[in-house]
Amino acid sequence: MPDPMSADAVLTVDDAAVAIAGRPVLRAINLRVRRGDFLALMGANGSGKSTLVRAMTGLRPLAAGSVHLFGTDLDDFRAWHRIGFVPQRSTAATGVPASVWEVVASGRLTRRRWLRPLLGGDRAAIRNALEVVGLADRARDGVTALSGGQQQRVLIARALAGEPELLFLDEPAAGVDLPNQEALARALGVLKERGATIVLVAHELGPLAPLVDRAVVMRDGRVAYDGQPLADDAVHHPLFLESHSHHHHPPSRHDHAPHVAAPLDSNGNAFGGQR
Amino acid sequence: MSILTYDFMIRAMVAAVFTGLAAPAVGTYLVQRRLALMGDGIGHVAVTGVALGLLTGTSPTWTAVVVAILGAVLIEVIREQGHANGDVALALLFYGGIAGGVLITGIAGQSAATLQAYLFGSITTISVGDVWVTIGLAAVVVIIAVGLLPQLFAVAQDEEFAQVAGLNVRAYNILVAVLAAVTVTVAMRTVGLLLVSALMVVPVATAQQVTRSFRTTLGLAMLLGVGSSLGGLVLAAFASYRWRVSPGPSIVLLALAGFALTWPIGVLLRRRERLRTPFMPDDPLGHDVTEGHDHEHGERCGHPAVEHGDHVDYIHDGHRHAVHGSHYDEH
Repeated sequence: MPDPMSADAVLTVDDAAVAIAGRPVLRAINLRVRRGDFLALMGANGSGKSTLVRAMTGLRPLAAGSVHLFGTDLDDFRAWHRIGFVPQRSTAATGVPASVWEVVASGRLTRRRWLRPLLGGDRAAIRNALEVVGLADRARDGVTALSGGQQQRVLIARALAGEPELLFLDEPAAGVDLPNQEALARALGVLKERGATIVLVAHELGPLAPLVDRAVVMRDGRVAYDGQPLADDAVHHPLFLESHSHHHHPPSRHDHAPHVAAPLDSNGNAFGGQR
Repeated sequence: MSILTYDFMIRAMVAAVFTGLAAPAVGTYLVQRRLALMGDGIGHVAVTGVALGLLTGTSPTWTAVVVAILGAVLIEVIREQGHANGDVALALLFYGGIAGGVLITGIAGQSAATLQAYLFGSITTISVGDVWVTIGLAAVVVIIAVGLLPQLFAVAQDEEFAQVAGLNVRAYNILVAVLAAVTVTVAMRTVGLLLVSALMVVPVATAQQVTRSFRTTLGLAMLLGVGSSLGGLVLAAFASYRWRVSPGPSIVLLALAGFALTWPIGVLLRRRERLRTPFMPDDPLGHDVTEGHDHEHGERCGHPAVEHGDHVDYIHDGHRHAVHGSHYDEH
């Protein structure tokens, strides 16, 4: 069993299990991420890779086991400024216009107390985050004026604005065109050079492949492989696949309520896999 | 101008200004979360609160505040659990609130006319005490909505991100619901419970036709809210020399007129923005030379010049023409 107090262990998961509505989804997960790791969390749809990231960030409660961030149990963890999170969603747009700068600035909240105005250091961090993803010249534009791939980069800049040491990205490259995937790879390359620890959920790596130095492959809620990065085709080995690998929409969550068009769904799984 | 100097009119104008500030401030967050109809739901629930006040002989304003807050928190909890769809939850509360209100008003032995003052507003009968309550509650709503803008924006923008950033998402969501409930009861005297939501949503919808950032939308919406509530009240006051015009509908119609005027501008701005979106910087297919092009494209030729890699394409009649020496290439 890994020692959570070990100095270079940024993230440890010990014998963790996650149940959704009583059904065990993740079982017996053991994982140890060291400082500076660039870890790709891979697997077929429904294999539990997104659920694992949500468990590691505290969005999903654990049914058993424990997660330690920087040596602190997740339940007691308060140093959220050390964590950056890029949730899986296809757009940064909401019902009211928001500028690119405003969305990125909201990532600075991990380091701001109530009613504290933005100081010079905050503004510099926001500018730097925009430069890393290559969108500094679009700061004043509304997010809806950007393409899907550019919006995804805005969400990454938002996570970077808090200057995190450990960054979780949930499928940042899904449905993103190649030039934007390359811009994404450049941004993550810069972070890797700066010594950030990165946990990346991905179905396919594409241009991100050269950055990855460790792959963890999930299958049916368990870790099936943990080691050297795999070639893109190796992930399609039968061990790692469902019986078919094309994209599925998750089944509807309710069966008895009249399912009217839903602008009010919680952010939860509503964005999962939709593009 | 004499009518504007009557005491009841001054009280009404003060109430209108504060309501006009507070309603769009909260409305912006509701629209951002695509809960534009939440104000309506709370307004309907508050009808039951007013009726309870009439039944028990206490101030309908305070019973309405309590019931509206309960209703708003209930809507928020149902939404968060994600069990029933949010709009179905809202619909259930709409009907329950109105039916309960009318039923209890009847039991209280009050006529529908009493209830009507709350349903459609009666700003000109507002008392000095009511004005102070309106000022106090509206000020609290505005201070929280503006002061906690970074937090409330982040939570409404992306709940999951906000939670991992260490914000207490549930507390902020309930705070917005409570602010909305308080605003509804404040605006109840101005535009009435059935039209409250208009003052929360319409100025926001108008503002976002011309804005690109959240903060300018919020500020402009508050400005438009004050403009339409004060303007609608004054219009109604002058019109009342000749017709029976109540301020509630005139305020809402003025706000809607503002939207109708701004909407075409918004359509134009959005169209222009889409037109100017750069093309993908891929290499063009082959080399199609456009022969005999007697029009000369340039900075002032009137055709949109759209960025395409390291040059611009001029757009006209379904073509994308790029300058190449003495002729144009089709890109």
